[in-house]
Amino acid sequence: MKTNELLENIAINVVQGRVEAEDEGFDEGFEGRPAVTELVEEALEKGIEPEKILLEGLTASMAVVGEKFESGEYLIPDMLAAAEAVGAGMDILTPHLVKAGVESKGKFVIATVAGDLHDIGKNIVAIMLKGAGYEVIDLGVDVSVDTIIATVKEQQAPYLGLSALLTTTMRNMEEVVEKLKGEGIRDQVRICIGGAPTSKQFSEKIGADGYCSDAFAALDWAKAQAAA
Amino acid sequence: MDSFRQGNIVKPYERLDREQIDHLHRASMEILTDPGIWCYNAKAAELFGTHGATVDKEEGGGSPCWRVRIPEKLIMEAISRAPSHIVLGARDRSNRLDINAAVPRVYFGTGSETNVWLETEMEEYVAAAGGESRLLPRFIEKRGSTQLLARAARLAEQLEHLDFFIRPVNIQDEDITEANHDVNKFFASLNNITKHVQAGLTSLDALDDVVKMAEIIAGGSEALRENPIVSFIACVFKSPLQLVNDTADKVFAIVDKGLPLVISSSPQGGSSAPIQESGMVAQINAEILTGIALTQLIKAKTPVMYGSVPVRARLDDLNDLYGCPEFNQYNVDCAQMARFYGLPCYSSTGVANAKVPGMQAAVEKLFSHLYMAASGAQYIHYAFGLLDRTNTFSPLQAVLDNEQIGMAKHCMRPAVINGETTAEAVDMERKVMQTTHRLFTRHTRKPMRAGLVSEPYRFESKDMQDRVLEKAHARLQELEARPARHLEDEIIDQIYDAVPGLLERLRT
Repeated sequence: MKTNELLENIAINVVQGRVEAEDEGFDEGFEGRPAVTELVEEALEKGIEPEKILLEGLTASMAVVGEKFESGEYLIPDMLAAAEAVGAGMDILTPHLVKAGVESKGKFVIATVAGDLHDIGKNIVAIMLKGAGYEVIDLGVDVSVDTIIATVKEQQAPYLGLSALLTTTMRNMEEVVEKLKGEGIRDQVRICIGGAPTSKQFSEKIGADGYCSDAFAALDWAKAQAAA
Repeated sequence: MDSFRQGNIVKPYERLDREQIDHLHRASMEILTDPGIWCYNAKAAELFGTHGATVDKEEGGGSPCWRVRIPEKLIMEAISRAPSHIVLGARDRSNRLDINAAVPRVYFGTGSETNVWLETEMEEYVAAAGGESRLLPRFIEKRGSTQLLARAARLAEQLEHLDFFIRPVNIQDEDITEANHDVNKFFASLNNITKHVQAGLTSLDALDDVVKMAEIIAGGSEALRENPIVSFIACVFKSPLQLVNDTADKVFAIVDKGLPLVISSSPQGGSSAPIQESGMVAQINAEILTGIALTQLIKAKTPVMYGSVPVRARLDDLNDLYGCPEFNQYNVDCAQMARFYGLPCYSSTGVANAKVPGMQAAVEKLFSHLYMAASGAQYIHYAFGLLDRTNTFSPLQAVLDNEQIGMAKHCMRPAVINGETTAEAVDMERKVMQTTHRLFTRHTRKPMRAGLVSEPYRFESKDMQDRVLEKAHARLQELEARPARHLEDEIIDQIYDAVPGLLERLRT
């Protein structure tokens, strides 16, 4: 397969939301054919530059996916499948990108705060951010304030996302913000919050930088921070 | 080509155990021997008599009447000749119904002959405080007419969960007479729907013309018997236990034509039948079995359905009470009795006492739609648009019912659990648990595309208002704007040439 053909094929498989060969696509007839994982590996073997694979194969096609979702052709599972496919490609590419000195869109630490085990929304945000080219450091659920602070410091992450589903645990978000202030690093990280009981007003009250009602809002928020 | 509407094969909910079925059967057989039935039709009484029933002339009273005491042997031998498998045809052959007593495949359709058509108009109201505007329904009652019946048939064609059509509105045009009633009601239906059409017969004299019309549409006499696009309802019993003279005559004539029919009975628990479940079911079972036996004595192998429409009286005014638990209990029991005898079951569901669409109607219909979908009765009428008991048909309500029945059908889909699906599930668990996000969302795509995942309620609102009626009304307008599937002009011309009494305005 020629370079352009291979990159185009990767892009097609992102739009189809296919991580590996056994996956079905949005359209019929893809099952059993090489998908993003196999094609990215093949591209690397052929010596195609990792950055070219990233930009022309993986991330560019997410714009098409976004348009299909906007038009109603795609539903959330299609969107997430595409983002997962990009994420799987990124996992293979990352060591090569690092070696080549190519930077990601930025490190994004994400966590469900202490006392809270709910993570569906947080996980969707993580998949979408990864699919959009961010380096996502997902700390999981029930994450202590100290762990969050330590990770932000250690990774020098410019973005932090906090999630909570319970009114009893959402107050721990405020503690994270306060402790970042106490550590003197509040200005180095932009914080967004999300989860059913949270709101724009709550975000402002606790001194976070943004409230995201869903994964798409999180993507828009991250994009806006980079542009600011 | 053998293509049929899919229907839903369900795992039937069985309210009665075998011992209870036996008790009901025995009670029905006992009722038929003592007190027996009051038969107002001489030919039927004679036919029962020649096959072993005891027939005594009832003295006194107005109309001639015979007391017929029917032994179990007669009933059981006669009903054993009734086919357990029948096909109800349709203009579009893919809309035919495959009805088999041994297969709990459920179909839903309309009924009954209401007098009032309830039109809905949405009007904009502005709140005195704040100025917020909302669309609210205004309901207008109209007398049923041929044009409205045609409209109902066109709508029924478009409702995907509606499997067959029984005229839901009585035609009361000024130029409709007893003589031309039947031909016009069948034509208004058949010219606007390609699904199966069923109706009662107002006048026996019209049967030849109705059959002639159906033969022209089906492509001839033999073609009609092979693809019976029409069938008939004969409510031959006036409960309790009185076999009606003119309906019995219609049964003789319909059977002679070789077309399918329903023997239906509709006693009211608390007035024309006991309100207690055992009494109601024993009586209606006795009535229906007698009617079915009559069809088989007239001509063996006549395609016939066990038509159970048991209702309950409300105790404040003795009107029918639908949307109550007993209605469902009676009906599901009857579905079981029909299955016990190996007879296809015509059943009832989804009637509301509510006079207009809204929450009351939704509650009353929901339990019944869901419960009867689970019954495994093959042919369930009354399911669309009925309000104010069976007095009103609302097209808006029919659209609402279509969604509700769709959900009930989805609920009743059989479980797809086997070695292959469980192996896939285990594989999926392994795969997803290797990811950081542990989400199965991506794996919903395949079942979603295959139509295995249900849609959210079509008329949901995303804001803080309930806009169900507004949205359903918009859907109704969209469905009614679709082109009708009329008969070909040439066929219509042939029908108008051959069948007298058809109204010119029904041509389109």
